[in-house]
Amino acid sequence: MAHIHPLPKLLGSTVALKAAMAVSGLLLVGFLVGHMVGNLQVFGLFGGREAMNAYGAFLHSKPILLWVARIGLLVMIAIHIGSAMALIQRNQAARPIGYHMKKPIASTYASRTMRWSGPIITAYILYHLAHFTVAGVGIPGYPLMDAQSRVDIYQHVVNSFQSPLVSLIYIVAMSLLSMHLWHGLWSLFQSLGLSNARWNVLKRPMATGLTVFIIAGFMAVPLGVLFGIVK
Amino acid sequence: MTSQTSPLLNAKIPEGDIRQKWDNHRFQMKLVNPANKRKYRIIVVGSGLAGSAAAASLGELGYDVDCFCFQDSPRRAHSIAAQGGINAAKNYANDGDSVWRLFYDTVKGGDYRAREANVYRLAQVSLNIIDQAVAQGVPFAREYSGYVDNRSFGGTQVSRTFYAAGQTGQQLLLGAYQALAKNIHSGKVKMYPRTEMLDLVVVDGQARGIVTRDLTTGAISSHAADAVCLATGGYGNVFFLSTNAKGCNVTATWRAHKRGALFANPCYTQIHPTCIPVSGDYQSKLTLMSESLRNDGRIWVPTQKGDPRAATQIPEGERDYYLERRYPAFGNLVPRDIASRAAKERCDEGFGVGPGGLGVYLDFADSIKRLGESAIKERYGNLFEMYERITGENPYQTPMRIYPAVHYTMGGLWVDYNLMSNLEGLHVLGEANFSDHGANRLGASALMQGLADGYFIIPYTIGQYLAGTKLKPVATDHAAFKDAEREVKARMNRLVEVKGNTSPDVFHRELGKLIWDHCGMARNKAGLAEALEKIPKLRERFWREVFVPQSGDVLNQTLEKAGRVADFLEFGELMCRDAWTRDESCGGHFREEYQDDEGETKRNDDEFEHVAAWEFKGVNETPVLHKEPLTYEYVKKAVRSYK
Amino acid sequence: MKNIDLTLHVWRQENPKDTGRFDQIEAKGISTHASFLEMLDVVNDRLLAQGKRPIAFDHDCREGICGSCGVMINGEAHGPVRGTTACQLHMREFDTRGIKELWIEPWRAKAFPVIQDLVVDRSAFDRIIQAGGYISVKTGQAPDANAVPVRKDDADQAFQAATCIGCGACVASCPNGSAALFVGAKITHLGLLPQGQTERASRVLNMVTKMDDESFGACTSHGECEATCPKGIKLDVIARMNGDYRRSVAAGG
Repeated sequence: MAHIHPLPKLLGSTVALKAAMAVSGLLLVGFLVGHMVGNLQVFGLFGGREAMNAYGAFLHSKPILLWVARIGLLVMIAIHIGSAMALIQRNQAARPIGYHMKKPIASTYASRTMRWSGPIITAYILYHLAHFTVAGVGIPGYPLMDAQSRVDIYQHVVNSFQSPLVSLIYIVAMSLLSMHLWHGLWSLFQSLGLSNARWNVLKRPMATGLTVFIIAGFMAVPLGVLFGIVK
Repeated sequence: MTSQTSPLLNAKIPEGDIRQKWDNHRFQMKLVNPANKRKYRIIVVGSGLAGSAAAASLGELGYDVDCFCFQDSPRRAHSIAAQGGINAAKNYANDGDSVWRLFYDTVKGGDYRAREANVYRLAQVSLNIIDQAVAQGVPFAREYSGYVDNRSFGGTQVSRTFYAAGQTGQQLLLGAYQALAKNIHSGKVKMYPRTEMLDLVVVDGQARGIVTRDLTTGAISSHAADAVCLATGGYGNVFFLSTNAKGCNVTATWRAHKRGALFANPCYTQIHPTCIPVSGDYQSKLTLMSESLRNDGRIWVPTQKGDPRAATQIPEGERDYYLERRYPAFGNLVPRDIASRAAKERCDEGFGVGPGGLGVYLDFADSIKRLGESAIKERYGNLFEMYERITGENPYQTPMRIYPAVHYTMGGLWVDYNLMSNLEGLHVLGEANFSDHGANRLGASALMQGLADGYFIIPYTIGQYLAGTKLKPVATDHAAFKDAEREVKARMNRLVEVKGNTSPDVFHRELGKLIWDHCGMARNKAGLAEALEKIPKLRERFWREVFVPQSGDVLNQTLEKAGRVADFLEFGELMCRDAWTRDESCGGHFREEYQDDEGETKRNDDEFEHVAAWEFKGVNETPVLHKEPLTYEYVKKAVRSYK
Repeated sequence: MKNIDLTLHVWRQENPKDTGRFDQIEAKGISTHASFLEMLDVVNDRLLAQGKRPIAFDHDCREGICGSCGVMINGEAHGPVRGTTACQLHMREFDTRGIKELWIEPWRAKAFPVIQDLVVDRSAFDRIIQAGGYISVKTGQAPDANAVPVRKDDADQAFQAATCIGCGACVASCPNGSAALFVGAKITHLGLLPQGQTERASRVLNMVTKMDDESFGACTSHGECEATCPKGIKLDVIARMNGDYRRSVAAGG
């Protein structure tokens, strides 16, 4: 029974859409790691104001690279969200009548809330871009300049996170991101069909470890500011 | 060779040496031209091992096949529940097995009441079955070398049983089901799940179709064909409590019988010795525990009647290991029928344990002491778990309680060597026919027979029938179909219109108890006469008091049940009559009057070395007995002894 | 032996078009040794005695192998005991858990429409197998069974996957109504065996396409299917399905 399935149909299947989510998600995680490492430069140990602002100036000195990266990110986000929406629609259609009573047994709070943590994180990203990248929402005198006439990203960060509200929003967003990452990092092995009897036991610990690493790195910044380590 | 008492019974056994009969026969057969096969429609009823294998194989040959099952999917047929394994004379173990030995063991195991030529062919094609199953992806147990593993099974001295853990039936059925699925996909087989056959349609003496009820919509429809295959399993559920699935029934074969097909040896039933005992009157079925447990478990009852103490409190000296006592050579490993009867004997004498005194202990304490709990767990872990799940008792700590239960029926519709009944065009496969196991079936041989019939026998013999038979065109508008449809509807309406106040299950239980008491593990003339008197009365009460809600136009599980019980109420009488008539003991048919001094079966070869095939003459009419004499040219008869 | 009293809330639906409702039924004096389905038998006999229509439910072997039975019991597929089908679930399990009220619902999925009460149509599973869940060997074509050795590990793993009974609990308990565990189990069974390699690539494409066409949802790795599978089929089979699919599409479909 050799059937020839048209490629668009094959690439639109639930399995293919999940693979698309896994690949885009994985690349976004790569970006998160880079972003997080960049953020850690606010700490004196990693160079503080000088390193941070130089890093920003360096990125802006390579507009082509920067835009390629930005467009790449946007495409990944579009694929991730687009696939998610298509899958959510199918998944909801797959059970038109729900149960009176349904007990979760193996699923986690994280797995069940992916479709909520996702949009909330998206909303946060928009706010985050408005906040730091585009308009400096909530930062008086944006953009501030440092002594070498570079954008004083360091000061933006310090000024912003000195507001407990801004820090709180950030921390809440990172908490949601942690759940999203924790389930996503484990699930992507499934979606991509990466399975190996010897290594399978490491999937969960790996997802947990990487999530903790990324989220701890991100949260360190507002906490560092709030506790006066970064000022 | 093919001498017969009745003109209805020509077994059509090919001439020649038994080793060449099947080969010669296949060569001499008329063939259907490949291009003509698609012009023939074949109906297959049932989708177990025999039915699925037949439907798939016939579809592959190019025939136009319609396959029916009452379950919601062909994958659920009760073949799926077979645990132990499937025999084949591969001799992979290099331990002296051969086609000849498998043939010999099977005829002997059947207590010399099977047809030699059929059994020899069964042993021959057993080789192909294993090959076919492996090619389909059936995951048989394997050795570290990567080659297929074998184990030994009751009643034989060689390792010829192929297995897939305790789920061999499931794996073989899924193999056949998948082959069927492939043919459904390619359009060669049309599948009708949730569809029950309610009548056979005979035109000019030839089986030309069936009448069915769509269980979901209630629609009654006719299906015409050039030949009909029944692969509808056994009638063990006449006992109500058996290891059969709840849906297993005699309806298809019984309706065919009422249309003229002879029913052979209905009194041959197999009782499995190791089942979980009945626990209460709500009980709906019995669960089998694999026979392999007897390898390490010791069977005993207390020496004191009605001993109230817990098993573990009864000291060694007050235990009767009755199998070891009576059969020192084989001990706990005597064949199924002997182990079953011995348990019944102890319980009848009042030594039984558990609720109602219907149980004996199967004790693993000694084995656990000798081998350690982990070794026992490795061998029987899943069975112990199942036992605990059902009974709530932990068999590592306290002995299991077991009791025999009805498991398989050797009798069935009479067929000739080509698996065709006396009704032309009606073929009967697997447990539904009577042919290969005589009066007792060996373990791991049921799967073998079902698949042999379906994959490797019917595809040949049905071709010969079609090529050699003049078949007039018959469509479902033929009067015979209309009449059958009318009768089916009238019977259904009759059931609905009784409007009594009793569930069909109540009558079924009552019938089951009657049959178990009088036509179960042990029978006697007086008891059978009593049953023969009581069953018609029960039947009459059923038709006066049964309650079926609603109508036949919807999914109506009570109506389905009532129809099947009505047929069991007719069939049960025939079964008792056959047992009443067979004045001897053989295999699973143990007549108390015919036993030796030590309580073993005593055959009467002079008078009963024949197949008893019954002709239906009407409900409440005495059926007519036809005899097919059995001859043993190749197997030397002996008295079975396991002392 | 002990008897218990239960309050049942059973989904009753006359036919596929009926909207359906819960009926409250008192089930008094049920033996703790009875199985869940035997409890329904007792309730049904009483309903019949009152001239009422009994509760329709699918069942057959009653020993956990045919896959016919299966209902949601208090929000869990096949009830509260893991690795157990509804027919092998015994009433003592409710007694020991102190449960006196049972909500009994049919499997819920677009692909499994309700026929009556607790009976659903699972023929979508058959159609997925028909789309490619087999090895195409005609009767008679097979070489000797020992012609091709199979690594014991592979054979054992294939067997584990092949123990799926097709009951549909995976779909019923999946928040997305996904059939990935069922399909993955067959892909894994056949894909691990040398005999299954020839059609491996086309099989996964055909089966997954059919699975989607039958309106099952997507796997999002919740793991509910694995937890409620009465035969302990592992989530890993889904990864194998996804891997085969990826490779097959990459190789040109």
